[in-house]
Amino acid sequence: MISSKPNVLVQGITGSEGTYWTEQMLANGTSVVAGCTPGKGGQEVAGVPVYSNVVEALDEHPIDLSVIFVPARFAKDAAVEAIEAGVLTTIVLAEFVPVHDTMEMLALARRAEAKLIGPNCPGIVFPGRDFVGIMPGWSERLFSPGRIGVVSRSGSLGALINLNLVAGGFGQSAFLGLGGDPIVGTTFRDALEWFELDPNTDAVVLLGEVGGPMEEEAAEFIPSMTKPVVAFIAGQNAPEGKKMGHAGAMVSGGKGTAASKMAALANAGAHVATVPSDVVTLVRNL
Amino acid sequence: MFVEEHDAKQLIASGGIPIPPGQAVRSADAAYGAAGEIGGPVMVKAQVPSGKRGKGGGIVKCGTPDDAREAAARLLGSELGEFSVDRVLVEGCADIARELYAAVTIDPAAGGPLLMLSTEGGMDIEEVHANSPDKVQMLPIDIETGLGAGQAMDLAVGTDLDPQVHVALAAMLLTLYGMFRQYDAQLLEINPLAVTTDGDLIALDCKLVIDDNALFRQEAAGPERHIGTALELEAKQQDFLFVELDGDVGVLANGAGLTMSTMDAVTAHGGSPANFLEVGGMAYKRATPALGLVLKNPNVKSLLVNLCGAYARTDVIAEGLIAGFKELEPDIDVSFCIHGTGEARAQQLVREELGIDPHDSMDDAVREAIANAAARSGASA
Repeated sequence: MISSKPNVLVQGITGSEGTYWTEQMLANGTSVVAGCTPGKGGQEVAGVPVYSNVVEALDEHPIDLSVIFVPARFAKDAAVEAIEAGVLTTIVLAEFVPVHDTMEMLALARRAEAKLIGPNCPGIVFPGRDFVGIMPGWSERLFSPGRIGVVSRSGSLGALINLNLVAGGFGQSAFLGLGGDPIVGTTFRDALEWFELDPNTDAVVLLGEVGGPMEEEAAEFIPSMTKPVVAFIAGQNAPEGKKMGHAGAMVSGGKGTAASKMAALANAGAHVATVPSDVVTLVRNL
Repeated sequence: MFVEEHDAKQLIASGGIPIPPGQAVRSADAAYGAAGEIGGPVMVKAQVPSGKRGKGGGIVKCGTPDDAREAAARLLGSELGEFSVDRVLVEGCADIARELYAAVTIDPAAGGPLLMLSTEGGMDIEEVHANSPDKVQMLPIDIETGLGAGQAMDLAVGTDLDPQVHVALAAMLLTLYGMFRQYDAQLLEINPLAVTTDGDLIALDCKLVIDDNALFRQEAAGPERHIGTALELEAKQQDFLFVELDGDVGVLANGAGLTMSTMDAVTAHGGSPANFLEVGGMAYKRATPALGLVLKNPNVKSLLVNLCGAYARTDVIAEGLIAGFKELEPDIDVSFCIHGTGEARAQQLVREELGIDPHDSMDDAVREAIANAAARSGASA
C-alpha cells in the first residue's frame, strides 16, 4: 500500500499538531486528501476538507492510508474507526497508548487484513516522494532519494543515522519508523520482508533497541534475504531491570538484551555496528 | 505499576477468587491482634511492590500470635530489595494438597494475551519451566473473542488434578482472564494457587502489574510507591524518566533511542555515563528542568549534550538549556553535538549565548566529554 504514493486521511486534523503536520506534509509532496475530527465536519484545514468521521471522508475521497494525530487515550477508537471503515493502512503516532488498546487494534487489523504502523512511532518517509507522520521529511540533511532502506523503532536514533547516511553520500529508498512500544503493528520482520521485495532498495539498515523479541524474530528472516542488512541496537549499556524511555526498552531475565539481539543478527549474517557512527561505515563496506 | 499483594488480593477477591482470611497491619501489636483473630498458625508477609519476597526472607510462618508479633517487629522498617517494609499481611494458613501456578500475561511476539497454567507452582516455577517446558501449559488468547469456557475447561482437564477440581479451576481461569482485561494488566499471576486438602482452590499469593499508560482509567489501582534515589524520585515528580548511574559523564539527548545510543557511544569510547534521562516526545519543551536534574547528580564531572531533532525541535531544546545554564551557572565543561530539526538556529544560539562551538561529529563530542570528565576527576583527586 505504501509502495505507491498513498492518498492520506489525517484523523485529528483540527488539533494543533494535526494542523501543523498537515501543512508540512502538503508542502512536501504528500497527498493529504481529507481530514476528520468528530463534530468538525464542513471545516477546512490548510485547504483540506474536514469530515466528522472516517466513513464520510471515504464517501468523498479515495483513501489509502490514515494517520492518527489524536492523544493516546483516544488513539484506539480512532484506529478502530479507520480500520472498520476499510482503510488499509493506519499509522498511530501517539506515545503512551495502553498496551491492551494496542492488542485490540492489532487483532482487528489482522482480522481485517489491514496494516497497522505504531503506536508510539514517528511515521514513514519516502525521500523525494512524500512523508506521513512527524519526521522532518523535507530536511535535505536527513533525507535524500537513494537505495538504502532504513527501519527504526526510534525517531531520534533514526534521525541520527539518516543524517550520517546522507552526509556519507547515501540516500534512502524509504524510512519506516515502527515505534518504541513492546507491541507494535508492523515489526522489523515485516519491514525486512517489504524491503526485500522493494525494487528501489539495495540494502537495509535496521535500528533496534533493547527489550522485546522483535529483533531476534527479524534475524530469523535475514538468511533468506538477497539484500544485505546493517544493524545497530541501542541500549547496550541499559541497566538491567530498569525501565528506560520507551516502554519497550525493558530488559528482563537475559531475554531481549542488546547482546542477545546483536548476536542473533550477527549469526544471521547481518553486519552489526557497536556505535551509531559505524553504521555508515558498514554500509559503505557492503 | 506493581500492585502490592494485599491490594491485589482484595481486587481478585472482589471478583470472586477465594483468598485466605487476612489483615494488612502497620505495627507489631496489630500483627499480634490479627493473628489472634484469624486463629491457628499464620503467615506474616512483608508488603513491598516487588517479587522474590519468599527467597528474600520477607515471608515468615508463625505458630502463635506472639511469633507473629515478633516476625512483624523484625520485618516492619526493614529493607527488602529496594523497598522499606511499612506494612505486613497477616494471613491464615491453608491446608495445602497441591500448589498450582496460574497467570495471564502479554506475549509481545504474538501481540496478544497469554494464559499460563502449571500444576507445579511455587517459588521455583521459573526453573520448572526452564527444565521441563511441557509442565507449563500456555494458551495464546484472541483478545477479540476472549477466553472461551471450553478453552478454560480443556486447560483444566489437561492437568492431572482430581476431576472434582476441574470445573472450579476452569471458572477461576475465566475470572482471572476477565480481571486481566478489566485492570489493564501486564501481568496477573496467582502463585501459588493452592488446592486444599478439602479440594478447594485458594489464591495464596497474587501479583498484579498494571500498565502505567492505562492508569488514567484505573482508579482502583491506588497510589503507587516509587523507588529510586532522591534525584530519581524528584525526576518522577516532574514526569521525567531518569535513571542515575555510576559514571561521570552527564548525558542529555532527545528521545529514548538516541539517549541510549549516546550512552552506548560514551561506553564504547572508554567513558562512563552518569545518567539516563529522556527528553523526547513532548518533553523536549522542558529542557531547563531536565538540565537541572542532570547537574544535580554530584558524580557528574562533564556534560554531553547530543541532539538529533526529528519531531523534537533542537532550537527549542537549546533555548531551554541556555536558560538553565544562565540560571544555574554550573562550573562544568559542556560538549555539544546538534543536528536535525532546528539545528542552524540551535547551533547559533549555543555559540552566541554560551560561547561553545558544537561538534559536527557525535563521536568527537563524546570523546571530548570523556576527556573533560577525566581531567576534572584528576584535578580534584
